This record gives sequence, C-alpha cells and structure tokens, in this order.
Amino acid sequence: MADSAGVTTEEVLRVAELANLDLTADEVPRMRRDLSAILGHIAQLNELDTTGVPAMAQVGEMLGAEIESTGASLRADAVHPSLDRAAVMAAAPESDGRFFKVPKVIER
Amino acid sequence: MGLASATIQEVRAGIASGKATATSVAEEHYARIAAEDGPGGKGINSFLALSRERALAQAAKIDAMAAKGEPLPPLAGVPVGIKDVLVMQGSPATAGSKILQGYRPPYDATAVTRLEAAGAVLLGKLNCDEFAMGSSNENSAYGPVRNPRALDRVPGGSSGGSAAAVAAGFAVASLGSDTGGSIRQPAAFCGVVGVLPTYGRVSRYGLIAFASSLDRVGPFATNVRDAATMLGVIAGKDANDATSSDRPVGDYVGALAKPVAGLRIGVPAEYFGEGLNPEIRAAIERALDGLRAAGCAVKTIALPHTKYAIPTYYVIATAEASANLSRFDGVRYGLRADGVKTLSAMFRETRDQGFGAEVKRRILLGTYALSAGYYDAYYLKAQQVRTLLTRDFLAAFAEVDAIVAPITPTPPWKLGEKTADPLQMYLEDIYSVAASLAGICGMSVPCGETASGLPIGVQIMGPHFNEETMLRVALAIETAQR
Repeated sequence: MADSAGVTTEEVLRVAELANLDLTADEVPRMRRDLSAILGHIAQLNELDTTGVPAMAQVGEMLGAEIESTGASLRADAVHPSLDRAAVMAAAPESDGRFFKVPKVIER
Repeated sequence: MGLASATIQEVRAGIASGKATATSVAEEHYARIAAEDGPGGKGINSFLALSRERALAQAAKIDAMAAKGEPLPPLAGVPVGIKDVLVMQGSPATAGSKILQGYRPPYDATAVTRLEAAGAVLLGKLNCDEFAMGSSNENSAYGPVRNPRALDRVPGGSSGGSAAAVAAGFAVASLGSDTGGSIRQPAAFCGVVGVLPTYGRVSRYGLIAFASSLDRVGPFATNVRDAATMLGVIAGKDANDATSSDRPVGDYVGALAKPVAGLRIGVPAEYFGEGLNPEIRAAIERALDGLRAAGCAVKTIALPHTKYAIPTYYVIATAEASANLSRFDGVRYGLRADGVKTLSAMFRETRDQGFGAEVKRRILLGTYALSAGYYDAYYLKAQQVRTLLTRDFLAAFAEVDAIVAPITPTPPWKLGEKTADPLQMYLEDIYSVAASLAGICGMSVPCGETASGLPIGVQIMGPHFNEETMLRVALAIETAQR
C-alpha cells in the first residue's frame, strides 16, 4: 500500500478531476487532511497476509453450491415495457420531450 | 379510538372491527406529525415530504374493503413512512441531497409497491443522511433529525428519520436502508426495532444506490412481531433486481411461536473491547442472562478479523459509491448548475453545488482507491479481507444458531459533537459493518436504557437467509424486558 500518511495536494486535485468534482480552495486542504487520516487507518489491512485469498465482490459467490438460490439466476430474456419516456423526460432539467439537452459537448 | 403509536395488529384489528377507519388512523398520524415534527413542535424533522393524497386514497380503499367485510391484507391501514432513498411515484425523492432537489421519480421501488399491495398507508418520505452516508443524520442537506427520546441528541444514521418517526409515533412502521449499519444503529439510538435482512432477501429496485454489494432495504417497527410482519411483506424474488434471491420467503411471524430453548447463542469476544460503554455492556449481559434463563446455551466465540471490518468497509463502500454517484451529473434529473457553457463544466459545477462535504469525501476516497496504481493495494486487498470476514461468520454459524453483540459502542451523542472529525464518526460503525460485508442478517432490538434514560439496543446476527432464528432470539430478549 502506498505511503498513506501523506496524500499530497496534487493527488487530491487529480482524484477530484477523475471524479468530476470541483473543489473550492478551502476544501482542498481539508480533504487532504481527512483522506490522509482515513487512508492511514485503512493501512492496517497490510497486517494481513492475503496471499491466495479470493476477492469477494458480493456475498452470493461465498455461498458456493447454492449460488442459484442466492440471486444469480437470470430472468427470462423477454421484452418488457420500460418507463414511460414522457414521464422520464419530464423529470430532466432540460429536454425537448424526446432527448436530454446538454450544453456544448465539443470544447474548443 | 386513538391508534397513534399502536402496533400493526392493533391497527388492523381496530379497522377490521369497525372501531377505527384507515382514514381516521392516517389523519391521526398526520395530525401528530403536524403538531410535533416541525420547528413549532419538537423539531424532530423526520419527514421531508408528505404523500397525503396517495395515503388517503389508499386508506379509503381499505375502508371500503372493511365496510364490505372483505378479508383485510396483513398491513391494512397501517401508516408507514419511507426513507427518502427509496422512490415513490409522484413524491419528491431527494436522498437527503441538494443534487436531487425537485426530482419526482416516475416509478415505485419494489418494497414500496409490496407494502402498498399489503394494505399499508404510505405517509411520506423520511429524512436521512445524504445518499445514506452518515451515522448521525447530520449529513442531510435538509437539516438534522432530533432523537425523539432526547431532543438534544442524534437519532443515529443514516436512516435517522425512519427510526425517529417510529419512535415518535408518527408512523407505526417504516422502511430504511442499511449499507454499514444504517438501520440497526438508529434503531438502537431511538429505542425501536430495526432489521437488516440477508443480502438478496429484499429487492433493491428503486433504492437510490450507495454501495450496491452492501445496500439492503429493511423495516423499522416498535416491536419484533411488527418487524417480522413487515419483513414478510417486502421479502422475495424480484425480476427487477438480479441479486434478489429465489429462496422461498420464511413465515417470520409464525416462527416467533417457537421457543428459543436449546438454541446456541454465540457471543463474539472481539465485540466487547475497551471502547464499549459500560452501561451498554451491562445491558447486553442482562439480555444474555435472559436468554440463558429461557434455555439458550450461551458460549463465547471468535470472529478474529473484526478489527479489519471498518477499513475494509470504507474502501469497498466508497469505491462502489464513487461509481454509483457518477450518475448525478445534471443531465437526467435534479439539479443542474446555471450559466455553464460546456458539458464538462456542467458536470463539475452541478456536482460541486449539489453534493455535501461527506459525499464528496467518500467519492474522493473511493475514486482514489480505484485509481491506477492503487487498485490492487486498496480495492483488491479489501475484497480479499471481505472474504476473511465472511469466513469468520460461516465458521461461527457452524457452531452457533445466532450471535448476540452490541450494535453501538456508545449511547446517542449530542448533535454536533462528532461532526468535525470524519474518522472518529466512521469508528462508531465498529459493531455494524462486519455483518454488512458478510451479507448475513442482523437486527437491533431495545434492551434497556442508560441511567440518564438513553435507549440501548442489542444486535442479533443470524446466518444467511435464516431471519427466523434471529427474530426468535430478538423476541425472547424483548419479552424478557417486560
């Protein structure tokens, strides 16, 4: 695990960019402090040797042979009505009734 | 007939016998909410929106059935509140966030549909921490909820409004969601019963996602029997949630008739460390004595990876949250920042204005854990430790039928007391997150109060898909209190 004692300002800004979050000038040092403290706590996972331990994404896979009864079964591949388009569009901040409208996509 | 703060059985029987109507019960609860929930009353702030029209239409339907002498469904006329992370067609859905302000979803969550089909009267939407991220309900963009049992204290979180509304008698039962303790902890803080069903037992369709491998929908009630009734209604396979289980739904209320004598109860030594408040420790010891007296065999067990549950949880939950919350971008619903000229600026400014500090913190943490160069060290490592934590429980349940432990290390704290230090707030989740990671069922049931009158809850954990045994143990603890 990386040296979590110190998340740098550059790392905070880089992660914020990846997450499409604009942080204000006073948020950056606070997030840097909080992330450093939390990652410092998380670093104790390094005490455990997990060589050969499978990764668990959700519980169904841990129940082994019973996987069929724990939600892995798939529904029939049949067409069902979806949400009403007009109702969905009505909830959008901007729509022409058929599509979502957004500001300019290509930035130049 | 005064049926505010009655049980499900009392409401249903009152309507069936003609002593009350579903309409009068709903009006009685709305009157109590109007008098006490707002700043002019006790300022509990549990309801974010009332769905009066829908509730009264449903109540009229139940009254018509009762008038014709038709058999009444299990929740006939029972006033229920819904945590505002579950969608209800036509009612605002905020998830406690500004970013969804004004959004009215065009569909119902499956749990909501099932409650209404069983006769429940849905009163409205309940306050919660923003996107269910928090342990005190202080992260709501719509103000904190006060604990009805001690108005200067937090109700717990994130389902603080769901717990408080039931504790205050605003609703007979409610729905919450639990990702790392968000049903069990507020239930303990407010002195009510809260159930975390096994992962896959209740559909997540229509639940605004926080961490999809951990999120679960479950009920709050004033007593174990009502909680079992609610669970039986909302549980079961749903074609709209591929992770919901095909297993038959148990007869949860029927199971309560079976005595607990002979059950093996495990007490995990790791849950009784030095951070545990002595009054809570003593209350749980008394609950265990009650189980012994009822004929249970109580033995100490080991859950050796317990101390790693919080770091594991805060990697996995935030990683999943960072992906799930990317959908809030100002395009399809809720808030959109004004006056932006490009799409990417709209994303960033909408998210900056719409998300609160805790949500941003968790998105950043999760994005960090998933970013190039850190993925193996954080996310993969945490998934491996999740396996170890789950194996701890599988090994324990080979030896015992249920596990009894604290759910909170401390009684409810004062509003504002812990908001400055996020890590300290996270550490409060020490007794709740392991069951979340392992996917097992758990619940909190009241087991006394502190010398100053603050509620104490005890946690009962059961094996995957064995809610029946867990509920039986909870009922035995509840019965011993009386």
